[in-house]
Amino acid sequence: MFKLERRPIPSKAMVILTPVLAVVLTMIAGGILFAFLGKNPFEAIRIIFWDPIFNDVVASYTRPQLLIKAAPLITIALGLSFGYRANIWNIGAEGQFIMGGIAGGAVGLAFYPTESVLIFPLMILAGAVGGFLWAMIPAFLKIKFNANEILVSLMLVYVAINFLGAMVTGPLRSPVGMNFPVSRNFNEYPSAYNGELIANTGLHMGVLATLAVVIVSYILLKHHIFGFQVRTAGQSPRAAKFSGVNPNITIAICLGISGGLAGMAGLFEVTGPAGKLSTNFPLGYGFTAIIVAFLGRLNPIGILFAGLLMALTYIGGELAQFQLSVPAASVQVFQGMLLFFMLAVEILVNFRIRLKKKEVA
Amino acid sequence: MTALLSLLGLTKAYPGVIANDDVSFEIGPGEIHALLGENGAGKSTLVKMIYGLVKPDSGTMMLHGAPFAPPEPRAARASGVAMVFQHFSLFDALTVAENIALGMENAPETADLTQRIIEVSGKYGLTIDPFRMVGDLSAGERQRVEIVRCLLQNPKMLIMDEPTSVLTPQEVEVLFKTLRLLSDEGTSILYISHKLDEIKALCEHATILRRGKVVGTCVPKDETAKSMAEMMVGETLRTPKKHYTRHGAALLELHNLWLQSKDPFGTSLKEITFNLHEGEVLGVGGVAGNGQDELLLAISGEELTPPHAIQLKGEDIGQLGPNPRRERGLLTAPEERLGHAAAPDMSLSENAFLTGAMRQNLTSNGMIKTAATLAFARDIIEKFDVRTPGTENTARSLSGGNLQKFVIGREILQKPDVFVVNQPTWGVDAAAAADIRSAILDLATNGAAVLVISQDLDELMEISDNIAILSEGTLSAPRPTQGITIEQIGLMMGGTEVEHV
Repeated sequence: MFKLERRPIPSKAMVILTPVLAVVLTMIAGGILFAFLGKNPFEAIRIIFWDPIFNDVVASYTRPQLLIKAAPLITIALGLSFGYRANIWNIGAEGQFIMGGIAGGAVGLAFYPTESVLIFPLMILAGAVGGFLWAMIPAFLKIKFNANEILVSLMLVYVAINFLGAMVTGPLRSPVGMNFPVSRNFNEYPSAYNGELIANTGLHMGVLATLAVVIVSYILLKHHIFGFQVRTAGQSPRAAKFSGVNPNITIAICLGISGGLAGMAGLFEVTGPAGKLSTNFPLGYGFTAIIVAFLGRLNPIGILFAGLLMALTYIGGELAQFQLSVPAASVQVFQGMLLFFMLAVEILVNFRIRLKKKEVA
Repeated sequence: MTALLSLLGLTKAYPGVIANDDVSFEIGPGEIHALLGENGAGKSTLVKMIYGLVKPDSGTMMLHGAPFAPPEPRAARASGVAMVFQHFSLFDALTVAENIALGMENAPETADLTQRIIEVSGKYGLTIDPFRMVGDLSAGERQRVEIVRCLLQNPKMLIMDEPTSVLTPQEVEVLFKTLRLLSDEGTSILYISHKLDEIKALCEHATILRRGKVVGTCVPKDETAKSMAEMMVGETLRTPKKHYTRHGAALLELHNLWLQSKDPFGTSLKEITFNLHEGEVLGVGGVAGNGQDELLLAISGEELTPPHAIQLKGEDIGQLGPNPRRERGLLTAPEERLGHAAAPDMSLSENAFLTGAMRQNLTSNGMIKTAATLAFARDIIEKFDVRTPGTENTARSLSGGNLQKFVIGREILQKPDVFVVNQPTWGVDAAAAADIRSAILDLATNGAAVLVISQDLDELMEISDNIAILSEGTLSAPRPTQGITIEQIGLMMGGTEVEHV
């Protein structure tokens, strides 16, 4: 029999190995799934994990997509990771992402057709503020009434989706959109357009911002007293309070950071890859980022890789859809399995598996 | 006379440490046998093996001459081995009878059970009302619930882990009467305690463990507390010397402090008033749960009070949080080491940073100075003889005594002007306790004002200049320790138990 035994010290090796193990397990379980669907599992895995980067036929399209999809995932996940370390569970990044897109987009559209280099920075700021304020709702309710932030932030996603619908059918509807529920197209408004900085690479302002956020997050978490306070608050709330950390301020800051970053990601998305506000704008990045945060073990560098990997499953999943005609849901199943296995193997960080010896009679 | 329980060569190893190494001894029927040892000496592992919570790697146990290897506590109980844990496993929101029924294998009907609880508690002098809520009981009464629960199963052998740490002196007397009565009836008792005077008073034999090995046995009556402590530690102990200095100005003043407890089973503070002077050690005695935690939270700044209720060097600090108070020279060490004074899963260097960041200047523009933090942690470990492989080990990995030395050392090395500590040596072995007391006295000798909250009256008598008792949230007026007897203090603590017996 096997037995779990607590390690005296959490294994540093396992911290790095467990995400890899989770990916391998997902490939195996996913392969079995594809086999049951009557597809060649090896081919399916190759299409999802290999082809988007290395297959020259499709790579000219898929490689830029990798950055485009990974950037919002990483930005949002980094924001979430602070709260998750402090045991503050913002599940509503999707809503904050949408509100950031609306707020930043609306600010840009308000200036149309004025051209100025100041407009785009102002939009970024507005996007971050939009997400931040949306996240302040669960923060306020938690601090004031101890309302569960998981439920409140999640429910606010659906409020945001409906608000988006109201906006694109109302004040933000494009005057030249032939009455479709879409906003004006940002690629027709140079001052507000977040285009590729180098053609055919997928590199846009949001990607640069993501890299900056990775670096800043890393420094904050590893070397700044704020990161220390967040970790202490999560691991040992009473010790944190004893050391002088105010729990309410921690709640507000953590939700604020995740909301602000999600809102900023929303702005970059709406002005670049999405191109316009529409009811199709929410792609679930805010939810997938939760998986990214955990797959990256709430570590900024880990999240960087996890975001790239998760972007790969999006793109590879799309490829598999039209090359193998597997159902669209299989990609989501795949991503879900990744989180599932990640949470399962995480136990190996603090425990080791031992062969249980026969009892000595 | 054949032994009731004999242990033969019990060995249990955990990764990196041998908790018990070839432990053998015997306990006769009706014998009260003490198990002595420092924290980490392997006492807990040993009793866990007897109680079926841990399986030995090798070695055998015999109960009544038959092989005894309980796979689980239930089997141990079925064989007549019962245990009262240091930390009670009772539900606050249930009655005494309900709690007892929950812990029994085949609990009888409520009416029968109530009857039996009254019988048993009457017979052994353990006054207890079966219908009261456990949440309303004192620690001593809760312990009785645990003991009665064990006695209802007619145990042949009762294991008691640190039973007196939560009791008033009078309650201890009641407990000892009960234990002697049980012993006369033939029930063996395995008694684990750090309080060597109690062991002298109660136990017929003692087995001493050090680093998992039996290093000696003795008849406690023929030993002194000091000689037994030295056997446990394996070295000569230094006795903390009491200082007599003139006390200076009042550094910490509490003025009519009222504080509502946030904990539904906590105790609110009522009208707390005292002055703490330069060079003074003020001992606050009383059974835990009478407002000790609340008093520490109010002084540390984790709970805010009206500004004037707490004054430090003449400044109103009631509305300041923990760090501004640290900045002004007021440092504290709460009772609960793991989870309050230290974060269990964080490393010692991180835990050094936890309270040291401000006074040790461990940050610059918010960035953590790693080298300075490590140096501070190393300093604590060296100066306070914290036994650990290094600064990167987690707080959880330390034994209770070592972690307590770390926590106390962390605050003392920051040179507080006022130091407030709650239960400085609770569950700490004799050697570590002596070190901690010396450090506290040194601090006061150098002019700091020290407030020691403790339920160990011997400790307070030993180190404090003045003593006050915290009882049901009210603090008695401090009295000079000289000339006061422990019985007087016991009575101040609301020791009404004498009347019941």
